[in-house]
Amino acid sequence: MSEILARADSAVEEVPETPGRGDGRAAGYLPGRTLPLSVEFARQFRRRRTLVMFGLLLALPWVLVAAFELGAGSGQPTGTLRMSDLATEGGLNFAAFALSVSASFLLVVAVALFCGDTVASEASWSSLRYLLAAPVPRDRLLRQKLVVALAYSAAAVVCLPVMALLAGTLAFGWNDVRVPGTGETVAALDVLPRFGIVVGYVLVSQFVVAALAFLLSVGTDSPLGAVGGAVGLVIVSGILQAVDALGSLREFLPTFWSTAWLDALAPQPDYGGMVKGVAVSVTYSVVLVALAFRRFRRRDVVS
Amino acid sequence: MKLAGKPVAWIALVAVLAAAVAVWILWPSPSGARPQEQSITVLDGPRDDQRVTLDATFFPPAGGGRAPAVLLAHGFGGSKQSVREAAVRLAGDGYAVLTWSARGFGRSTGQIALNSPDYEVKDVRQLVDWLARRPEVRLDEAGDPRVGVAGGSYGGAIALMAAAHDDRIDAIVPQITWHDLADALFPEAGGRGPQDGVFKRMWAGLFFSRGGTSPAPVPGAPRAVTEEAPPASAQEVRCGRFLPELCDVYQKIAETGRATPEAVETLRRSSPVSVPGRIRIPTLLIQGTRDSLFTLAQADANARAVAATGAPVSVAWFDGGHDGGDGEIDWLHERTAAWFARYLKGESGQAEAPFTVTRDGGRDPGTRRPVQLHATSPAYPGLYGAATTQIPLEGPAQPVANPPGGSPSSISSVPGFGVPTGAGLSLSTEMPGQSAHFDSAPLTAPLQVTGGSTVRVRVRTEGDSKDGVTLFAKLYDVGVGTQAPVLPDGLVAPVRVAVSSGGTGEATVTLPVIDHRFDAGHRLRVAFTTTDLGYSTPAAPAVYQVELASPALTVPTDAALRTPPNGPSWWTWALPAVAVVVAALLLLAGRRRRRTDHDPDLADVPLRIDGLTKAYRNGELAVDDLSFTVERGQVLGLLGPNGAGKTTTMRMMMGLIHPDAGEIRIFGHRVSPGAAVLSRLGSFVEGPGFLPHLTGRANLELYWRATGRPERDAHFAEALEIAGLGGALDRAVRTYSQGMRQRLAIAQAMLGLPDLLVLDEPANGLDPPQIREMREVLIAYAARGRTVIVSSHLLAEVEQTCGHVVVMHRGRLVTAGPVRELLNGHGPGNGSGSRLEDVFLDLIGEKA
Repeated sequence: MSEILARADSAVEEVPETPGRGDGRAAGYLPGRTLPLSVEFARQFRRRRTLVMFGLLLALPWVLVAAFELGAGSGQPTGTLRMSDLATEGGLNFAAFALSVSASFLLVVAVALFCGDTVASEASWSSLRYLLAAPVPRDRLLRQKLVVALAYSAAAVVCLPVMALLAGTLAFGWNDVRVPGTGETVAALDVLPRFGIVVGYVLVSQFVVAALAFLLSVGTDSPLGAVGGAVGLVIVSGILQAVDALGSLREFLPTFWSTAWLDALAPQPDYGGMVKGVAVSVTYSVVLVALAFRRFRRRDVVS
Repeated sequence: MKLAGKPVAWIALVAVLAAAVAVWILWPSPSGARPQEQSITVLDGPRDDQRVTLDATFFPPAGGGRAPAVLLAHGFGGSKQSVREAAVRLAGDGYAVLTWSARGFGRSTGQIALNSPDYEVKDVRQLVDWLARRPEVRLDEAGDPRVGVAGGSYGGAIALMAAAHDDRIDAIVPQITWHDLADALFPEAGGRGPQDGVFKRMWAGLFFSRGGTSPAPVPGAPRAVTEEAPPASAQEVRCGRFLPELCDVYQKIAETGRATPEAVETLRRSSPVSVPGRIRIPTLLIQGTRDSLFTLAQADANARAVAATGAPVSVAWFDGGHDGGDGEIDWLHERTAAWFARYLKGESGQAEAPFTVTRDGGRDPGTRRPVQLHATSPAYPGLYGAATTQIPLEGPAQPVANPPGGSPSSISSVPGFGVPTGAGLSLSTEMPGQSAHFDSAPLTAPLQVTGGSTVRVRVRTEGDSKDGVTLFAKLYDVGVGTQAPVLPDGLVAPVRVAVSSGGTGEATVTLPVIDHRFDAGHRLRVAFTTTDLGYSTPAAPAVYQVELASPALTVPTDAALRTPPNGPSWWTWALPAVAVVVAALLLLAGRRRRRTDHDPDLADVPLRIDGLTKAYRNGELAVDDLSFTVERGQVLGLLGPNGAGKTTTMRMMMGLIHPDAGEIRIFGHRVSPGAAVLSRLGSFVEGPGFLPHLTGRANLELYWRATGRPERDAHFAEALEIAGLGGALDRAVRTYSQGMRQRLAIAQAMLGLPDLLVLDEPANGLDPPQIREMREVLIAYAARGRTVIVSSHLLAEVEQTCGHVVVMHRGRLVTAGPVRELLNGHGPGNGSGSRLEDVFLDLIGEKA
């Protein structure tokens, strides 16, 4: 057995006992190169929950298409112009519908999963301590994990409407958008860039969930606790915003503006609500992320 | 999960909450003086000889001192109690408020004279006199208080009538009221006046019956609640509390369905139309869009009458009225208070917009309840719009039948019941064969109609036509698909078309005044119906031909009427900026200064621990003033029973735990979280940590890539050989046994051949041959000048592997030194033969 080590030693030119830098680092170690994004992407990608979540998000539009095709014969037109009634008007209408039914919960869960699981699962696998002792500096570990988690969240938020657009266009054609409520039509090419804004807004409005999940993830060893805590916040906020008595205070609830993107698909788009939504979302998420960093920096890692 | 934090934080939080609740409870509530019940005796009647006691309540102003006064009048069938809430709010705004039950209502005596100048108006003049004597009321001069009048419906009319007859009144806010009661009850949309109007019989009946519901109390003696009401006399059941002459007029017109000249005369005496040019004070007219009794046209006539005198007038159409709607109580209060603040208190705020219309603002994003938006216009356009649009209509001449007896009748709205406000719902029902309609083409763009559209209609009849042809004109919003046509606000415009001897007649019909958005793709439909539930119609059966005299609808619009853009509030920009500052503070305040803390004297000492102390959260010391040194080439055993602090010490070596005191130096560099010198430390503490979904090989490779160091420095081949996993290396780690994970973890610790290797219980889960191999590996590893620290409770194993030991117990160092010395020093006397186990048990004092 010892000859293995002998071989290893012979391969080492000289064991670096006196490294070049004054901080005693091993040869070749650079704090700025630890935990590259590609490594973190690879570590997260092959996880079953990542694959299942993306599979779900990519399959949902097709399930909806199938549901509309199956139900097409039986249901009689109701005459109202709700978003669900207009879903079969065309690809863009369908994508808007798919986004509206998933933004309030499914995408919240997806984002909470990617951001809430990222540190807590490392803690529960005990791999966190080896990364920290590698050493990956704590701020850097958190930064890289946050970037990757947000990238996965963004991919989740983008892939659903894009797949819905594809599925809807194949199933119902590339038609102009009919606006819910009034039934006006808007040219598809006019709406397409606005649809991009909508997807961007939905992503930004999920930042609060992402940041809270991330903060909880840093504080707990239980991935489910972090995900559930973030989803729970969305539920509580949703309940509170139904309380009229709170008046304009409700505008500061993290979920209050989550449906504001509907305004962007109206014939005369109104971005006022979305701007407020972005402001509220950015405010909460910046503070929560800062808290996460502060907390992780000071924390004793005992997992 | 450690989010709970320290108990101190909890206590602080509870204290803050308790303080907040206490402040909430103890905060001084606005100490408005208590309302005072008053009985005010007035003299009225044509000869000022009728004594009437008015039941009133005076609400002193909240601020004290002399304040402007507001007379708050109630609607028909109500009493002073109906406006109590509004009075309390106005008093809270700093007005001296007087509410009273009008004569014939509530506990006031007298009979209902319908806001007659001889009766109710005289009463109000004496209420103004009364206010002028109150010490709480500000006076313009002696006997002339600063006073405004507000009220809805019947109360709105008295505000207008009193303003016309009493110069001391300074501002009024009449709501949902009439300009011409005759015209309101006998509307005629062709402009022929109430004499030829169509009797609004259901509303009129309801209106009059509400004046007869409560029997008159005995004058001067308030009726006890429990007292049995005496049986009503024949006169009482016939006329209720109405003045007999009014009662006679009503009975006459209700019987015939036609307005007699004396009826018109009587009704107009109670209407602002009879006092042109005499209302010369600031007037805010608030009228409901959902009102089939006093339509928006009534407010328009009032507005024109007041504006003609040059006095300031504002008109607001709100979502309410006699047919229901939202009511917008808060908004009405705000508008009223703002109007009085400007014209009674003389405050210079933002001027009230000349024209405000409540529009549907969709739904609240939180509650999904309807939201009202208030569109304003810099000028009041009147009923016929700031501009007009011609919408072509199509449709042939159509026969319509008037059913005998006027039944069954079409329904537009049910008076007193209102129209359902739900979207897409419409109560309107057209009876087959009674209706002619003319449609536009589908709109290419949305059309916002604000005012009364006009259309010219021609009728032809062959029957008896001296009475003209009664039709009900409606403007429908016809949606796409199977959506039922919507009749905006449930309003109709009755018209009695005069017919020449040849049997034809024409009229220009003003359709109901509405503010309605016709969406693109919808059609406008003008319908003429022979019957309507709310109106008297001819009993004789007849058939008319109805056609358009000109095939176009003139539609009023007001492009200036816009919802003020509610641009992003200040906080939209401020909040994120503040958040960024807060975040920066949070991060910077938590920063530990990063300094290179290097002791060159120790550059060759792999590990020096000095005074290391760490307390558990409950204060018990896990590691207590621990100091020892490890030299190069040593294999050091770290011994101690469970809970001795071995693992905590190792975690501090790895920078995972912050020591409370003392320090750890590796090659002279102080260990802190993420310190660069940790790159020379290989560690395996408290079990392996792998990503279960990846293979063993991928785990090691990704780990090494995470260190950021060159791949050639890793010596994968050797490490994998030490792990000895063979083909299992390419299986997911979740399929591994405990021993396999253990070996993989030790291999991971050895990646890069670190100068200091720390292993916690490395022999766990290994079988005897593997333990033996491990021993050889560790000895060989240290033989090359590297250092190994092993914690274990397999003492025989430690004895064979380690040259040195450190013994810990309850966080403290018990002893440290070469194994040989330890065994000798504690030998049973003959200098040899003692085992490490005996020595250990002896040291920690557990030996039996």
